[in-house]
Amino acid sequence: MNVWLVAAVLALAGVVMVVLVVLLVRDETAGDPTFGLLAALELALLVQAVVGVVALSSTSREVSGVLFLSYLLGALCALPIGAFWSLAERTRAGTGVLLVATFTVVALELRLDSIWGGSGA
Amino acid sequence: MPEQHGSRLASGPGRILVFVYGVFAVAATGRSAVQLGLHADRAPLAYSLSLVAAVVYLAATTCLLLGSDRAWRIAVLACSIELLGVLVVGTLSYVVTDWFPDKTVWSHFGQGYGYFPLVLPFVGLWWLRRNTPERGTPRR
Repeated sequence: MNVWLVAAVLALAGVVMVVLVVLLVRDETAGDPTFGLLAALELALLVQAVVGVVALSSTSREVSGVLFLSYLLGALCALPIGAFWSLAERTRAGTGVLLVATFTVVALELRLDSIWGGSGA
Repeated sequence: MPEQHGSRLASGPGRILVFVYGVFAVAATGRSAVQLGLHADRAPLAYSLSLVAAVVYLAATTCLLLGSDRAWRIAVLACSIELLGVLVVGTLSYVVTDWFPDKTVWSHFGQGYGYFPLVLPFVGLWWLRRNTPERGTPRR
C-alpha cells in the first residue's frame, strides 16, 4: 500500500472531522463546502481502492485478499451512506452522522494498513 | 417533539445511534463471515460469538429503524443481550484465555473496536428508555 495515499486519506479525514466538530459546536448544518470536502475524501478513497486492487494483484507478500478487499469496499461505502442518512435530517444529529461516518473511514483505514502489513482477521 | 417522518427511534440522537449500530452490524457480519468462511476450525467459539454479535447488532439496527412498539421491545432485548454478551465474553476472554485463540467483537470488552461495543449497549438502553412507548397510544 502506498504510504502517501494512506497519509493523504487520513489527513483529509482529519480536516473533515475538524470542520464537522466546528459545525457541531456552532450548531450549524453542513453546507456545500463541507460536502465538497467529503467528496474530495471519497475521491481519495476511490483512488485508493483502485491502487489497492492493483497492489494486491501484483504483490508477493502474504496479505489476506478477502479481508483487504472487504475493507477497501467498506471504506468506499461509509461516506455515501453516511451522507445519505444525514441529509434526511439536517440538524445537529445529521452533522453527527457525518462525523461518525468519517471516523469510520479513519478506523477502516488504520485496519487496512495493518492488514496490508500482514495481520489477519 | 416535532412530527417527523419515519421512526422516532431513528431521529435526533437516534439517527447517530442507528448509524453506529449499522456500522457494527456490517462489521460483525463481515467479520464472522470471513472468520467462519476461511478458517472456522481455528477458534470455533470465538467465531460463533462473532456471529451472535452480528445477529444482535442487525436486530437492534432494524428495530431502531422500524420504531414500532414491538420493535422497541425487541430492541430492548437486543441491547440487553448485547450488554450481557460484551460483559460475559469480555470477562471470559481475560479469565479463560484458552477459549479465545482469536478475537471476536466482544472479547476483551471490545478492545479491538476502541471499546465502542462496551459503551454502545448502555447508550442504546438509555435511548430506548428515553423513548419508551406511551401507554394508551394506538399501536403502529
